[in-house]
Parts: sequence; structure tokens; C-alpha cells
Amino acid sequence: MTTPASSLPSRRAPSPAARSALLVCEHCDTVYRRRTLGYGEVARCARCQAVLERHQVFGVDSMLALVLTALIVFLIANVWPVVTLGLGAQQISTTLWGMIVVMWQQQSQVVSVLAAATLFFFPLGKMLLLGWVLWHARSGRRAPGFTPAMVALHYVQPWTMSEVFVLGALVAIVKAHNYFDVVANPGIYAYAGLMLLITLFSGIDLRQLWDLAPEPGPAA
Amino acid sequence: MSALPRARDLGLIGCHVCGLVCRDVGRHDAACPRCGSALHRRKTASLARTWALLIAAFILYLPANLLPIMRTVSLGDVDDNTILSGVIELWVKGSPDLAVIVFTASIVVPMLKFLVLATLLLSARSGTDWAQRQRARLYRLVEFIGYWSMLDVFVVALLTALVRFNFLSRVEPLPGVVFFGLTVVLTMLASMSFDPRLIWDGRTNDD
Ligand SMILES: [Zn+2]
Ligand SMILES: [Zn+2]
Repeated sequence: MTTPASSLPSRRAPSPAARSALLVCEHCDTVYRRRTLGYGEVARCARCQAVLERHQVFGVDSMLALVLTALIVFLIANVWPVVTLGLGAQQISTTLWGMIVVMWQQQSQVVSVLAAATLFFFPLGKMLLLGWVLWHARSGRRAPGFTPAMVALHYVQPWTMSEVFVLGALVAIVKAHNYFDVVANPGIYAYAGLMLLITLFSGIDLRQLWDLAPEPGPAA
Repeated sequence: MSALPRARDLGLIGCHVCGLVCRDVGRHDAACPRCGSALHRRKTASLARTWALLIAAFILYLPANLLPIMRTVSLGDVDDNTILSGVIELWVKGSPDLAVIVFTASIVVPMLKFLVLATLLLSARSGTDWAQRQRARLYRLVEFIGYWSMLDVFVVALLTALVRFNFLSRVEPLPGVVFFGLTVVLTMLASMSFDPRLIWDGRTNDD
């Protein structure tokens, strides 16, 4: 647990240096003094028990490697078919985009747009933005467009649903299995791999990325 | 001063977007010096927005459950499925484990979201200090599991894309699935607009 900032000067404005040394719990507004975390350590809020900060297991290089791997796996998952169904001599397979297009044609444009956003554009955008920020951070620089990229990442974060799609594919396979020959294609394995990578990803704390590279000029 | 000082009492604001701790200058158009986002002590009109989104979600939730989400046509034999009948089919056809997962994602999770958010809204308005930790934990749970409800939407979409054997066998999406997808989006927006800080605020302070 992080020490409560109970000894703070109550009414005086903190100096800029002290400012970044503070941390506010986003779930209950309690103020803490930031402290260095040990390996694998998680700081929790003493009031509401929410996670304040995690020790960053990954350095910039390994985060970037993770993002690039996820990007490649994501491309594979999107190019290869996910599942093939067979009925007699007929075979039908689909990719993610095949699914999105069919839903559009079947008067379910809302579903089509939701799937395109949460399974393609947002996950892809998230990986590209993270990759961009980390690529520049490797050489200690702030990426061009760093601030909008970080703000966009904050808003995109809750809307990526690849892991739900993996479970959905599993349910669809089981349902279809009762009537058809089902073959799982490389696409679904790539998705399963992506699911693992996403779990690792969730260890990346976006807020700590703000501290990665120095701000240009003095902070306003 | 209490042992756990809160930002509001110290004249500080933690930026809701980037987390930077800023001085509260008491202006409504104050912006975070690091990320440029507007600074608020609390999410804007949190209670009103969350209620509106939650009620809208509930209105769509009714057709999402009552209307069929998927039609199976095989050799002229038409069969319409609702969310619940899909769960029952999984159970009967020998996949009780998946039936439980789908039941949880599609029925338990949305119901839980409605109940939890309504409880949080009512208790935040009255400013009670009843079960604050438990309420905080429930809120985090709802935020964490909410998007898994999209499961059935993806199942219908995949089956529609796969089962296209013309008159032999065909799956078509039905309006229920659209309502369900919208319900999930609205409940996610509702839980995002609720401000968990209100749980600890005592009196309602909605700015
Ligand atoms: Zn807290
Ligand atoms: Zn900010």
C-alpha cells in the first residue's frame, strides 16, 4: 500500500516537482505520495482498494516488441479464414471482414459497424498508436503527435473486444458442430494468440507512458 | 484532516484522462497542462447522464430479449432463436459449460449491470456511507466484465457469415441482435459516465 499523503501542506499549492510526485486514485479521489514499486508490486488505494499503479514489468523495448508481435498476429488473424464449415461437398469459410460484410448485407448494419469498430479499427488503432509512441520513446524522444495519441489511446482502450470474439468463435464452432463439419482455420489460432498477447498488454499502464519521454520545454 | 486526504479537499484535481495531479483553479474551462483535456473534480452531470443511458439501455434490453436474434432455415424449416433459447439449445445439445458461459455473458451480466448501476445511482444521490467498499468493488466489477456481453452478437454474426448453404441451410440475423448490441454499448456508456468518486462524497456534489 502506498503511504497516504497525510502530511501534505493543506492549502499551499504544490510546486511543479511535488506535483508529479503525487497520485490521485481515479476511483475515489484520495491523494497519495507516489513511491517506487518493487518488482511485480501493485499499489492499491487504502480507501477503495482500486489499483493505483503497477510496477511496469516491461521496459520500452519489450513493450514495443510485444506491440509489433501483436500487430503481426492481428494481421494473420484478419487475412486467414477463422472457421470453415462443410455440408456435403460444399464448403464455406469466413474471415472477420467477410463476417462484417455479410452482416451489412443482412440488414444488420449496426452489428456490422460495431464489429468493424471493436474488432478491427479500435484494436488496430490501439496497436499503431502504442507502437508509434513506444518507437519514439526508445530513443528518448516524444513522438510527433504524442499528446493526441495518448488521449486517443485513453478513449479507445475500453472498446477493443478481440478476446470476446475468440470466445464467440468457440461458441459458434460448438453450435455449428451439431449440423456441419467444422474446421478451425489458422485465423482462429492467431486470434487465440492475440488473446494471450492482449492479456500481457493489460499490464501496460497508459498513465505511466506519459512519463516516458521528457516534455518539450517547461510544462505550462 | 483525515488520514486519507482527498484531492477535492486539498484543492487538487487528478486529470481524468492522463492522471496528472493539477491545482484546482476553480475555473470551469480549466484544461490539463499535460494532455489538454478539460479538468473536472467530478465527471460532468454524472448522475443525470448515467440515469439517461441506463434507462435507454433498459428500454432496448426488452426487445433484445423478447425478439428473436437469429433465424435458422434448413430445407424450408424455419426456426427463430431468442437469446434464452440459444442458451437452452447449447445445454440440450451437450455443451452445458458453454451454455453457462453464454447465459452469464448475455443474461446475468446485463441484469447485474442494471441492478448495480441503479443501486449506485440511488445510494450516491442520498449520500449514504453504507457499504462504500462493496459498492466501489461492484462498480469495478461491472466496468471489467461489461463488454463480455457482446459475446452473443459475435456468435450470431459468425454463424450468419458461415451458414450460407442456400436452401439446404441458412442463418439470418433478426432485429433482436441489433437491439442487444445497442444495449451493450449503452450499458458500457452508462458505467463510464458514472463517477465512482461520488460513492465517497457523502452529499451529492455533481460537478
Ligand atoms: Zn481509491
Ligand atoms: Zn491530463
